[in-house]
Amino acid sequence: MSDGAGDIRANPPPLARERRAEARTRQFGKFEGVAAIVGLAVAWQIASYFFPNFLFPTVPAIAERFLEIFSSLDTTLDAFATGGRILLGLAGAFFLGGFLAALMAQSSPFERYAYPLLSFNQGIPALSWVVIAIIWFKGIEFRIFFIMVMTTLPGFTFQLLDAYRSISNDLYEMTLSFRPSRFDLLRTLIWPAVLPGILTSWKVNLGNASRVVVVAELVGATGGVGYQLLLQQQVFDMAGAIAWTIVLVIFVLIVQSLITLIEMRALRYRAVSERQS
Amino acid sequence: MTDEVPEIEFERVTKSFPRTDGSGGTFDAVRDLSFAVRRGELLAILGRTGCGKSTTFNLISGLLRPTSGRVTVKGRDPFTQFTWFRGKIGIVFQNDRLMPWRTAFANIGLGLELNKVEKDRRAEIAAFWLARLGLKDHGSDFPHALSGGMRQRVSIARAFAIKPEILLCDEPFSALDELTANALREEFRGLLLETKATAIFITHSIEEALKLGDRLMVFERPARIAYETGLRADMTEPDRDDVRANIRRALAV
Repeated sequence: MSDGAGDIRANPPPLARERRAEARTRQFGKFEGVAAIVGLAVAWQIASYFFPNFLFPTVPAIAERFLEIFSSLDTTLDAFATGGRILLGLAGAFFLGGFLAALMAQSSPFERYAYPLLSFNQGIPALSWVVIAIIWFKGIEFRIFFIMVMTTLPGFTFQLLDAYRSISNDLYEMTLSFRPSRFDLLRTLIWPAVLPGILTSWKVNLGNASRVVVVAELVGATGGVGYQLLLQQQVFDMAGAIAWTIVLVIFVLIVQSLITLIEMRALRYRAVSERQS
Repeated sequence: MTDEVPEIEFERVTKSFPRTDGSGGTFDAVRDLSFAVRRGELLAILGRTGCGKSTTFNLISGLLRPTSGRVTVKGRDPFTQFTWFRGKIGIVFQNDRLMPWRTAFANIGLGLELNKVEKDRRAEIAAFWLARLGLKDHGSDFPHALSGGMRQRVSIARAFAIKPEILLCDEPFSALDELTANALREEFRGLLLETKATAIFITHSIEEALKLGDRLMVFERPARIAYETGLRADMTEPDRDDVRANIRRALAV
Protein backbone atom coordinates (compact mmCIF):
# COMPACT_ATOMS: atom_id res chain seq x y z
CA MET A 1 0.00 0.00 0.00
CA SER A 2 1.50 3.35 -0.92
CA ASP A 3 1.51 6.20 1.56
CA GLY A 4 -0.50 8.33 -0.81
CA ALA A 5 2.28 10.82 -1.46
CA GLY A 6 2.69 9.59 -5.01
CA ASP A 7 -1.03 9.99 -5.57
CA ILE A 8 -0.90 13.60 -4.41
CA ARG A 9 1.93 14.28 -6.79
CA ALA A 10 0.01 12.69 -9.64
CA ASN A 11 -2.96 14.97 -9.12
CA PRO A 12 -2.10 17.88 -6.85
CA PRO A 13 -4.86 19.80 -5.10
CA PRO A 14 -4.95 23.49 -6.03
CA LEU A 15 -2.14 25.35 -4.33
CA ALA A 16 -2.67 28.46 -2.22
CA ARG A 17 -0.74 30.39 -4.87
CA GLU A 18 -3.16 29.23 -7.57
CA ARG A 19 -6.13 30.15 -5.41
CA ARG A 20 -4.73 33.66 -4.91
CA ALA A 21 -4.23 34.00 -8.66
CA GLU A 22 -7.83 32.93 -9.18
CA ALA A 23 -9.03 35.52 -6.64
CA ARG A 24 -6.99 38.19 -8.46
CA THR A 25 -8.62 37.15 -11.74
CA ARG A 26 -12.07 37.57 -10.21
CA GLN A 27 -11.17 40.98 -8.74
CA PHE A 28 -9.85 42.04 -12.13
CA GLY A 29 -13.18 41.00 -13.64
CA LYS A 30 -15.00 43.25 -11.14
CA PHE A 31 -12.65 46.14 -11.94
CA GLU A 32 -13.40 45.75 -15.64
CA GLY A 33 -17.12 45.82 -14.90
CA VAL A 34 -16.84 49.05 -12.91
CA ALA A 35 -14.60 50.59 -15.57
CA ALA A 36 -17.13 49.73 -18.30
CA ILE A 37 -19.98 51.35 -16.36
CA VAL A 38 -17.90 54.46 -15.61
CA GLY A 39 -17.03 54.58 -19.34
CA LEU A 40 -20.72 54.43 -20.22
CA ALA A 41 -21.49 57.26 -17.76
CA VAL A 42 -18.72 59.39 -19.26
CA ALA A 43 -20.00 58.76 -22.78
CA TRP A 44 -23.54 59.66 -21.66
CA GLN A 45 -22.30 62.84 -20.01
CA ILE A 46 -20.47 63.83 -23.21
CA ALA A 47 -23.63 63.13 -25.22
CA SER A 48 -25.58 65.39 -22.83
CA TYR A 49 -23.43 68.36 -24.01
CA PHE A 50 -24.54 67.82 -27.60
CA PHE A 51 -28.19 66.81 -27.23
CA PRO A 52 -31.16 68.45 -25.51
CA ASN A 53 -31.65 67.53 -21.84
CA PHE A 54 -34.96 65.74 -22.44
CA LEU A 55 -33.06 63.26 -24.63
CA PHE A 56 -29.76 63.00 -22.75
CA PRO A 57 -30.02 64.47 -19.23
CA THR A 58 -26.70 64.97 -17.43
CA VAL A 59 -25.33 62.23 -15.20
CA PRO A 60 -25.64 64.44 -12.06
CA ALA A 61 -29.32 65.05 -12.92
CA ILE A 62 -29.89 61.27 -13.15
CA ALA A 63 -28.01 60.74 -9.89
CA GLU A 64 -30.14 63.41 -8.23
CA ARG A 65 -33.35 61.69 -9.39
CA PHE A 66 -31.96 58.37 -8.20
CA LEU A 67 -31.32 59.76 -4.70
CA GLU A 68 -34.77 61.36 -4.67
CA ILE A 69 -36.32 57.92 -5.11
CA PHE A 70 -34.79 56.72 -1.86
CA SER A 71 -35.43 59.97 0.02
CA SER A 72 -39.19 59.48 -0.14
CA LEU A 73 -40.95 56.58 1.60
CA ASP A 74 -43.56 56.22 -1.17
CA THR A 75 -41.05 55.85 -3.98
CA THR A 76 -38.79 53.65 -1.87
CA LEU A 77 -41.77 51.38 -1.30
CA ASP A 78 -42.40 51.40 -5.07
CA ALA A 79 -38.87 50.10 -5.60
CA PHE A 80 -39.28 47.39 -2.98
CA ALA A 81 -42.72 46.46 -4.30
CA THR A 82 -41.23 45.62 -7.68
CA GLY A 83 -38.45 43.61 -6.04
CA GLY A 84 -41.00 41.71 -3.97
CA ARG A 85 -43.15 41.00 -7.03
CA ILE A 86 -40.15 39.62 -8.91
CA LEU A 87 -39.14 37.35 -6.03
CA LEU A 88 -42.68 36.21 -5.32
CA GLY A 89 -43.37 35.48 -8.99
CA LEU A 90 -40.11 33.58 -9.35
CA ALA A 91 -40.79 31.59 -6.19
CA GLY A 92 -44.27 30.68 -7.47
CA ALA A 93 -42.91 29.62 -10.85
CA PHE A 94 -40.07 27.71 -9.21
CA PHE A 95 -42.34 25.63 -6.98
CA LEU A 96 -44.92 25.02 -9.70
CA GLY A 97 -42.14 24.28 -12.22
CA GLY A 98 -40.47 21.92 -9.76
CA PHE A 99 -43.76 20.11 -9.24
CA LEU A 100 -44.37 19.81 -12.99
CA ALA A 101 -40.77 18.71 -13.60
CA ALA A 102 -41.13 16.00 -10.93
CA LEU A 103 -44.36 14.76 -12.54
CA MET A 104 -42.78 14.81 -16.00
CA ALA A 105 -39.76 12.89 -14.73
CA GLN A 106 -41.96 10.23 -13.13
CA SER A 107 -44.57 9.83 -15.87
CA SER A 108 -43.82 9.78 -19.57
CA PRO A 109 -47.51 10.03 -20.60
CA PHE A 110 -47.73 13.20 -18.50
CA GLU A 111 -44.53 14.50 -20.06
CA ARG A 112 -45.84 13.81 -23.57
CA TYR A 113 -48.80 16.14 -22.89
CA ALA A 114 -47.10 18.69 -20.67
CA TYR A 115 -44.02 19.27 -22.84
CA PRO A 116 -45.86 20.65 -25.90
CA LEU A 117 -48.09 22.78 -23.67
CA LEU A 118 -45.07 24.35 -22.00
CA SER A 119 -43.39 24.85 -25.37
CA PHE A 120 -46.59 26.52 -26.59
CA ASN A 121 -46.55 28.71 -23.47
CA GLN A 122 -43.00 29.80 -24.27
CA GLY A 123 -44.25 31.33 -27.51
CA ILE A 124 -46.86 33.52 -25.79
CA PRO A 125 -45.61 37.12 -25.39
CA ALA A 126 -45.62 38.65 -21.90
CA LEU A 127 -47.99 41.35 -23.15
CA SER A 128 -50.59 38.71 -24.08
CA TRP A 129 -50.45 37.38 -20.54
CA VAL A 130 -50.94 40.94 -19.29
CA VAL A 131 -54.12 41.31 -21.34
CA ILE A 132 -55.34 37.86 -20.27
CA ALA A 133 -54.63 38.63 -16.62
CA ILE A 134 -56.48 41.95 -16.77
CA ILE A 135 -59.54 40.26 -18.30
CA TRP A 136 -59.48 37.23 -16.02
CA PHE A 137 -58.55 38.62 -12.62
CA LYS A 138 -59.55 41.58 -10.52
CA GLY A 139 -56.76 42.03 -7.96
CA ILE A 140 -53.71 43.86 -9.26
CA GLU A 141 -51.20 41.90 -7.19
CA PHE A 142 -52.64 38.57 -8.28
CA ARG A 143 -52.59 39.71 -11.91
CA ILE A 144 -48.88 40.51 -11.65
CA PHE A 145 -48.16 37.24 -9.83
CA PHE A 146 -50.04 35.32 -12.52
CA ILE A 147 -48.15 37.06 -15.32
CA MET A 148 -44.80 36.43 -13.62
CA VAL A 149 -45.55 32.77 -13.04
CA MET A 150 -46.86 32.11 -16.56
CA THR A 151 -43.91 33.77 -18.26
CA THR A 152 -41.17 32.10 -16.21
CA LEU A 153 -42.83 28.71 -15.68
CA PRO A 154 -41.53 26.96 -18.83
CA GLY A 155 -37.97 28.07 -18.15
CA PHE A 156 -38.01 26.73 -14.59
CA THR A 157 -39.74 23.48 -15.57
CA PHE A 158 -37.40 22.67 -18.45
CA GLN A 159 -34.27 23.57 -16.48
CA LEU A 160 -35.31 21.58 -13.40
CA LEU A 161 -36.31 18.60 -15.52
CA ASP A 162 -32.99 18.75 -17.30
CA ALA A 163 -31.10 18.98 -13.99
CA TYR A 164 -32.96 15.90 -12.71
CA ARG A 165 -32.31 13.96 -15.91
CA SER A 166 -28.61 14.85 -15.72
CA ILE A 167 -28.14 12.96 -12.46
CA SER A 168 -25.45 10.38 -13.07
CA ASN A 169 -26.85 6.88 -13.38
CA ASP A 170 -23.65 5.57 -11.77
CA LEU A 171 -24.26 7.69 -8.68
CA TYR A 172 -27.91 6.72 -8.66
CA GLU A 173 -27.07 3.00 -8.69
CA MET A 174 -24.36 3.46 -6.09
CA THR A 175 -26.72 5.28 -3.72
CA LEU A 176 -29.46 2.74 -4.39
CA SER A 177 -27.06 -0.08 -3.47
CA PHE A 178 -27.24 1.17 0.13
CA ARG A 179 -31.04 0.78 0.02
CA PRO A 180 -31.95 4.35 1.04
CA SER A 181 -35.48 5.50 1.88
CA ARG A 182 -37.07 7.86 -0.67
CA PHE A 183 -36.39 10.82 1.57
CA ASP A 184 -32.74 9.82 2.04
CA LEU A 185 -32.33 9.39 -1.72
CA LEU A 186 -33.72 12.88 -2.20
CA ARG A 187 -31.56 14.34 0.55
CA THR A 188 -28.26 12.65 -0.25
CA LEU A 189 -28.36 12.40 -4.04
CA ILE A 190 -31.14 14.21 -5.86
CA TRP A 191 -31.03 17.56 -4.02
CA PRO A 192 -27.24 18.09 -4.20
CA ALA A 193 -27.18 16.86 -7.80
CA VAL A 194 -29.90 19.23 -9.03
CA LEU A 195 -28.77 22.23 -6.94
CA PRO A 196 -26.44 23.65 -9.63
CA GLY A 197 -29.34 23.48 -12.11
CA ILE A 198 -31.66 25.19 -9.63
CA LEU A 199 -29.22 28.05 -9.09
CA THR A 200 -28.73 28.46 -12.84
CA SER A 201 -32.48 28.49 -13.41
CA TRP A 202 -32.86 31.29 -10.84
CA LYS A 203 -30.12 33.32 -12.47
CA VAL A 204 -31.58 32.94 -15.96
CA ASN A 205 -35.18 33.55 -14.91
CA LEU A 206 -34.27 36.55 -12.76
CA GLY A 207 -33.27 38.45 -15.91
CA ASN A 208 -36.50 37.44 -17.66
CA ALA A 209 -38.59 38.32 -14.64
CA SER A 210 -37.14 41.82 -14.32
CA ARG A 211 -38.25 42.56 -17.89
CA VAL A 212 -41.66 41.01 -17.52
CA VAL A 213 -42.50 42.69 -14.21
CA VAL A 214 -42.08 46.12 -15.76
CA VAL A 215 -44.48 45.24 -18.56
CA ALA A 216 -46.95 43.85 -16.00
CA GLU A 217 -46.72 46.99 -13.86
CA LEU A 218 -46.91 49.31 -16.86
CA VAL A 219 -50.45 48.27 -17.68
CA GLY A 220 -51.98 47.27 -14.43
CA ALA A 221 -50.23 48.45 -11.30
CA THR A 222 -50.60 51.65 -9.29
CA GLY A 223 -47.09 51.37 -7.88
CA GLY A 224 -43.72 49.87 -8.67
CA VAL A 225 -40.95 50.53 -11.14
CA GLY A 226 -43.13 49.87 -14.20
CA TYR A 227 -45.79 52.26 -12.95
CA GLN A 228 -43.14 54.90 -12.23
CA LEU A 229 -41.65 54.46 -15.70
CA LEU A 230 -45.11 55.09 -17.15
CA LEU A 231 -45.33 58.32 -15.12
CA GLN A 232 -41.90 59.46 -16.34
CA GLN A 233 -42.94 58.80 -19.92
CA GLN A 234 -46.12 60.86 -19.43
CA VAL A 235 -44.14 63.86 -18.13
CA PHE A 236 -41.30 63.28 -20.62
CA ASP A 237 -38.73 62.97 -17.81
CA MET A 238 -35.76 61.05 -19.18
CA ALA A 239 -33.67 61.50 -16.00
CA GLY A 240 -36.47 59.92 -13.95
CA ALA A 241 -36.87 57.06 -16.43
CA ILE A 242 -33.16 56.28 -16.32
CA ALA A 243 -33.08 56.55 -12.50
CA TRP A 244 -35.97 54.05 -12.14
CA THR A 245 -34.35 51.74 -14.64
CA ILE A 246 -31.14 51.85 -12.61
CA VAL A 247 -33.15 50.94 -9.49
CA LEU A 248 -34.35 47.79 -11.21
CA VAL A 249 -30.91 46.94 -12.57
CA ILE A 250 -29.38 47.34 -9.11
CA PHE A 251 -32.02 45.06 -7.63
CA VAL A 252 -31.26 42.39 -10.25
CA LEU A 253 -27.51 42.75 -9.64
CA ILE A 254 -27.95 42.40 -5.87
CA VAL A 255 -30.04 39.25 -6.23
CA GLN A 256 -27.58 37.88 -8.84
CA SER A 257 -24.74 38.50 -6.39
CA LEU A 258 -26.63 36.71 -3.63
CA ILE A 259 -27.20 33.72 -5.90
CA THR A 260 -23.51 33.76 -6.83
CA LEU A 261 -22.57 33.79 -3.14
CA ILE A 262 -24.85 30.83 -2.47
CA GLU A 263 -23.38 29.12 -5.53
CA MET A 264 -19.81 29.65 -4.34
CA ARG A 265 -20.68 28.23 -0.94
CA ALA A 266 -22.87 25.35 -2.11
CA LEU A 267 -20.75 24.36 -5.11
CA ARG A 268 -17.36 24.80 -3.47
CA TYR A 269 -16.66 21.14 -4.13
CA ARG A 270 -16.13 21.90 -7.80
CA ALA A 271 -12.59 21.96 -9.13
CA VAL A 272 -11.09 25.44 -9.34
CA SER A 273 -10.60 25.23 -13.08
CA GLU A 274 -14.31 24.53 -13.54
CA ARG A 275 -15.28 27.64 -11.61
CA GLN A 276 -12.84 29.74 -13.56
CA SER A 277 -14.40 28.66 -16.83
CA MET B 1 -19.75 -28.23 0.82
CA THR B 2 -21.82 -28.54 3.98
CA ASP B 3 -25.62 -28.65 4.24
CA GLU B 4 -25.84 -24.96 5.11
CA VAL B 5 -27.95 -22.68 2.90
CA PRO B 6 -25.71 -21.04 0.30
CA GLU B 7 -25.14 -17.35 0.90
CA ILE B 8 -25.81 -16.63 -2.77
CA GLU B 9 -27.60 -18.98 -5.14
CA PHE B 10 -28.57 -18.80 -8.81
CA GLU B 11 -31.05 -21.42 -10.03
CA ARG B 12 -31.39 -21.58 -13.83
CA VAL B 13 -31.41 -17.79 -14.08
CA THR B 14 -31.99 -16.04 -17.39
CA LYS B 15 -32.01 -12.27 -17.81
CA SER B 16 -33.16 -10.80 -21.11
CA PHE B 17 -33.16 -7.19 -22.22
CA PRO B 18 -35.07 -5.57 -25.08
CA ARG B 19 -32.92 -4.89 -28.13
CA THR B 20 -32.26 -1.23 -28.74
CA ASP B 21 -32.04 -1.55 -32.55
CA GLY B 22 -35.81 -1.14 -32.89
CA SER B 23 -36.33 -4.78 -33.97
CA GLY B 24 -38.57 -5.36 -30.96
CA GLY B 25 -36.69 -8.53 -30.01
CA THR B 26 -34.74 -9.37 -26.88
CA PHE B 27 -31.27 -10.68 -26.12
CA ASP B 28 -30.09 -12.78 -23.20
CA ALA B 29 -27.34 -11.27 -21.08
CA VAL B 30 -27.51 -14.27 -18.70
CA ARG B 31 -28.80 -17.67 -19.83
CA ASP B 32 -29.78 -20.58 -17.63
CA LEU B 33 -27.09 -19.79 -15.07
CA SER B 34 -26.80 -21.86 -11.89
CA PHE B 35 -24.20 -21.56 -9.17
CA ALA B 36 -23.91 -21.17 -5.40
CA VAL B 37 -21.53 -19.32 -3.12
CA ARG B 38 -20.83 -20.50 0.43
CA ARG B 39 -20.66 -18.15 3.39
CA GLY B 40 -17.19 -16.60 3.65
CA GLU B 41 -16.16 -17.77 0.20
CA LEU B 42 -14.44 -15.47 -2.28
CA LEU B 43 -15.60 -16.25 -5.79
CA ALA B 44 -13.76 -14.67 -8.69
CA ILE B 45 -15.69 -14.35 -11.95
CA LEU B 46 -13.76 -13.93 -15.18
CA GLY B 47 -15.09 -13.27 -18.63
CA ARG B 48 -14.70 -11.21 -21.73
CA THR B 49 -16.35 -7.82 -22.10
CA GLY B 50 -20.11 -8.07 -22.57
CA CYS B 51 -20.39 -11.64 -21.25
CA GLY B 52 -22.97 -10.64 -18.63
CA LYS B 53 -20.74 -10.40 -15.56
CA SER B 54 -22.13 -7.05 -14.51
CA THR B 55 -25.71 -8.20 -15.15
CA THR B 56 -25.05 -11.15 -12.84
CA PHE B 57 -23.72 -8.72 -10.30
CA ASN B 58 -26.80 -6.48 -10.59
CA LEU B 59 -29.05 -9.51 -10.16
CA ILE B 60 -27.26 -10.38 -6.90
CA SER B 61 -27.41 -6.81 -5.63
CA GLY B 62 -31.14 -6.63 -6.37
CA LEU B 63 -30.86 -3.87 -8.94
CA LEU B 64 -32.27 -6.21 -11.63
CA ARG B 65 -34.98 -8.87 -11.55
CA PRO B 66 -34.40 -12.18 -13.39
CA THR B 67 -36.54 -12.87 -16.45
CA SER B 68 -36.76 -16.51 -15.36
CA GLY B 69 -35.19 -18.67 -12.69
CA ARG B 70 -34.46 -17.72 -9.10
CA VAL B 71 -31.80 -15.62 -7.38
CA THR B 72 -31.53 -15.93 -3.61
CA VAL B 73 -29.16 -14.12 -1.30
CA LYS B 74 -29.16 -15.24 2.33
CA GLY B 75 -32.25 -17.25 1.43
CA ARG B 76 -34.18 -14.19 0.24
CA ASP B 77 -35.04 -12.56 -3.07
CA PRO B 78 -32.76 -9.48 -3.33
CA PHE B 79 -35.09 -7.73 -5.80
CA THR B 80 -38.42 -8.04 -3.99
CA GLN B 81 -36.90 -7.79 -0.51
CA PHE B 82 -34.57 -5.00 -1.51
CA THR B 83 -34.64 -3.00 1.71
CA TRP B 84 -34.12 -6.09 3.91
CA PHE B 85 -30.56 -6.12 2.62
CA ARG B 86 -29.84 -2.60 3.91
CA GLY B 87 -26.39 -2.70 5.50
CA LYS B 88 -25.82 -6.31 4.47
CA ILE B 89 -24.43 -5.87 0.96
CA GLY B 90 -21.49 -3.64 0.13
CA ILE B 91 -20.49 -2.86 -3.44
CA VAL B 92 -17.19 -1.69 -4.87
CA PHE B 93 -17.76 -0.47 -8.39
CA GLN B 94 -15.45 -0.38 -11.38
CA ASN B 95 -15.23 3.41 -11.16
CA ASP B 96 -15.17 5.05 -7.75
CA ARG B 97 -18.66 6.61 -7.97
CA LEU B 98 -17.90 9.14 -5.26
CA MET B 99 -20.35 11.95 -4.71
CA PRO B 100 -18.44 15.05 -5.86
CA TRP B 101 -20.16 17.28 -3.30
CA ARG B 102 -19.06 15.13 -0.36
CA THR B 103 -15.61 15.09 1.16
CA ALA B 104 -13.69 11.81 1.33
CA PHE B 105 -14.81 11.56 4.97
CA ALA B 106 -18.49 12.11 4.12
CA ASN B 107 -18.30 9.72 1.16
CA ILE B 108 -17.03 6.96 3.44
CA GLY B 109 -19.83 7.75 5.86
CA LEU B 110 -22.58 7.64 3.21
CA GLY B 111 -23.62 4.01 3.76
CA LEU B 112 -23.53 4.48 7.52
CA GLU B 113 -25.66 7.59 7.23
CA LEU B 114 -28.22 5.74 5.10
CA ASN B 115 -28.17 2.90 7.65
CA LYS B 116 -29.04 5.47 10.34
CA VAL B 117 -25.81 5.03 12.28
CA GLU B 118 -25.42 7.80 14.85
CA LYS B 119 -23.35 10.80 13.79
CA ASP B 120 -20.58 10.31 16.37
CA ARG B 121 -20.26 6.61 15.64
CA ARG B 122 -20.29 7.38 11.94
CA ALA B 123 -17.44 9.84 12.34
CA GLU B 124 -15.49 7.30 14.37
CA ILE B 125 -15.89 4.57 11.75
CA ALA B 126 -15.13 6.90 8.83
CA ALA B 127 -11.98 8.15 10.60
CA PHE B 128 -10.90 4.55 11.21
CA TRP B 129 -11.28 3.65 7.54
CA LEU B 130 -9.55 6.80 6.37
CA ALA B 131 -6.55 5.89 8.50
CA ARG B 132 -6.78 2.19 7.58
CA LEU B 133 -6.49 3.00 3.87
CA GLY B 134 -3.78 5.63 4.21
CA LEU B 135 -6.03 8.63 3.65
CA LYS B 136 -5.80 10.15 7.12
CA ASP B 137 -4.78 13.58 5.82
CA HIS B 138 -7.37 13.65 3.05
CA GLY B 139 -10.62 13.37 4.96
CA SER B 140 -11.66 16.93 4.16
CA ASP B 141 -10.67 16.74 0.49
CA PHE B 142 -13.35 16.67 -2.16
CA PRO B 143 -13.01 13.91 -4.79
CA HIS B 144 -11.68 16.27 -7.47
CA ALA B 145 -8.60 16.86 -5.33
CA LEU B 146 -7.84 13.14 -5.01
CA SER B 147 -6.03 10.90 -7.48
CA GLY B 148 -7.70 7.87 -9.08
CA GLY B 149 -6.05 5.49 -6.60
CA MET B 150 -7.09 7.58 -3.61
CA ARG B 151 -10.65 7.85 -4.88
CA GLN B 152 -10.87 4.09 -5.34
CA ARG B 153 -9.56 3.60 -1.80
CA VAL B 154 -12.33 5.90 -0.55
CA SER B 155 -14.86 3.80 -2.45
CA ILE B 156 -13.44 0.59 -0.94
CA ALA B 157 -13.60 2.18 2.51
CA ARG B 158 -17.22 3.22 1.84
CA ALA B 159 -18.15 -0.39 1.07
CA PHE B 160 -16.28 -1.88 4.05
CA ALA B 161 -17.44 0.79 6.52
CA ILE B 162 -20.94 -0.69 6.73
CA LYS B 163 -19.41 -4.10 7.69
CA PRO B 164 -21.20 -5.92 4.89
CA GLU B 165 -21.88 -9.63 5.13
CA ILE B 166 -21.66 -9.83 1.36
CA LEU B 167 -19.28 -7.82 -0.75
CA LEU B 168 -19.68 -7.43 -4.49
CA CYS B 169 -16.74 -6.06 -6.44
CA ASP B 170 -17.06 -5.13 -10.10
CA GLU B 171 -13.54 -4.85 -11.54
CA PRO B 172 -12.56 -2.35 -8.85
CA PHE B 173 -8.93 -2.05 -9.91
CA SER B 174 -9.34 -2.06 -13.68
CA ALA B 175 -9.15 1.72 -14.03
CA LEU B 176 -5.94 2.01 -12.00
CA ASP B 177 -2.31 1.80 -12.98
CA GLU B 178 -0.63 -1.54 -12.27
CA LEU B 179 1.41 -0.34 -9.29
CA THR B 180 -1.58 1.19 -7.50
CA ALA B 181 -3.75 -1.79 -8.43
CA ASN B 182 -1.22 -4.24 -6.99
CA ALA B 183 -0.97 -2.30 -3.74
CA LEU B 184 -4.74 -2.15 -3.44
CA ARG B 185 -5.18 -5.86 -4.28
CA GLU B 186 -2.93 -6.83 -1.36
CA GLU B 187 -4.79 -4.50 0.96
CA PHE B 188 -8.13 -5.69 -0.33
CA ARG B 189 -7.36 -9.39 0.20
CA GLY B 190 -6.29 -8.59 3.77
CA LEU B 191 -9.50 -6.68 4.42
CA LEU B 192 -11.62 -9.55 3.11
CA LEU B 193 -9.87 -12.06 5.35
CA GLU B 194 -10.31 -9.72 8.31
CA THR B 195 -14.01 -9.08 7.77
CA LYS B 196 -14.82 -12.70 6.73
CA ALA B 197 -17.38 -11.35 4.26
CA THR B 198 -18.66 -13.51 1.43
CA ALA B 199 -17.38 -11.88 -1.74
CA ILE B 200 -17.88 -12.04 -5.46
CA PHE B 201 -15.13 -10.42 -7.42
CA ILE B 202 -15.60 -9.68 -11.11
CA THR B 203 -12.38 -9.20 -13.03
CA HIS B 204 -10.78 -9.30 -16.46
CA SER B 205 -7.43 -10.28 -15.04
CA ILE B 206 -6.48 -13.96 -14.69
CA GLU B 207 -3.73 -13.13 -12.19
CA GLU B 208 -6.11 -11.04 -10.11
CA ALA B 209 -8.60 -13.92 -10.02
CA LEU B 210 -5.87 -16.39 -9.03
CA LYS B 211 -4.56 -14.07 -6.36
CA LEU B 212 -7.88 -13.16 -4.76
CA GLY B 213 -10.29 -16.06 -5.29
CA ASP B 214 -11.02 -19.21 -3.28
CA ARG B 215 -12.82 -20.39 -6.38
CA LEU B 216 -13.10 -19.03 -9.87
CA MET B 217 -15.59 -19.23 -12.68
CA VAL B 218 -15.14 -18.23 -16.30
CA PHE B 219 -18.23 -16.96 -18.08
CA GLU B 220 -18.93 -17.38 -21.77
CA ARG B 221 -21.40 -15.17 -23.58
CA PRO B 222 -24.29 -14.96 -22.63
CA ALA B 223 -23.35 -15.47 -18.99
CA ARG B 224 -22.97 -19.23 -18.49
CA ILE B 225 -20.21 -21.12 -16.77
CA ALA B 226 -17.54 -22.18 -19.25
CA TYR B 227 -15.02 -23.27 -16.62
CA GLU B 228 -14.99 -23.51 -12.86
CA THR B 229 -12.34 -24.55 -10.36
CA GLY B 230 -11.42 -24.23 -6.72
CA LEU B 231 -8.19 -22.44 -5.78
CA ARG B 232 -6.17 -23.60 -2.81
CA ALA B 233 -3.62 -21.37 -1.17
CA ASP B 234 -1.06 -24.22 -1.29
CA MET B 235 -1.44 -24.82 -5.05
CA THR B 236 1.88 -25.40 -6.78
CA GLU B 237 2.98 -23.21 -9.66
CA PRO B 238 2.51 -26.03 -12.23
CA ASP B 239 -1.07 -26.50 -10.92
CA ARG B 240 -1.63 -22.78 -11.31
CA ASP B 241 -0.23 -22.95 -14.85
CA ASP B 242 -2.80 -25.65 -15.64
CA VAL B 243 -5.56 -23.42 -14.30
CA ARG B 244 -4.24 -20.49 -16.33
CA ALA B 245 -4.27 -22.62 -19.49
CA ASN B 246 -7.83 -23.81 -18.79
CA ILE B 247 -8.99 -20.22 -18.19
CA ARG B 248 -7.42 -19.09 -21.45
CA ARG B 249 -9.11 -21.94 -23.33
CA ALA B 250 -12.47 -21.09 -21.73
CA LEU B 251 -12.06 -17.41 -22.51
CA ALA B 252 -11.23 -18.21 -26.12
CA VAL B 253 -14.58 -19.99 -26.65
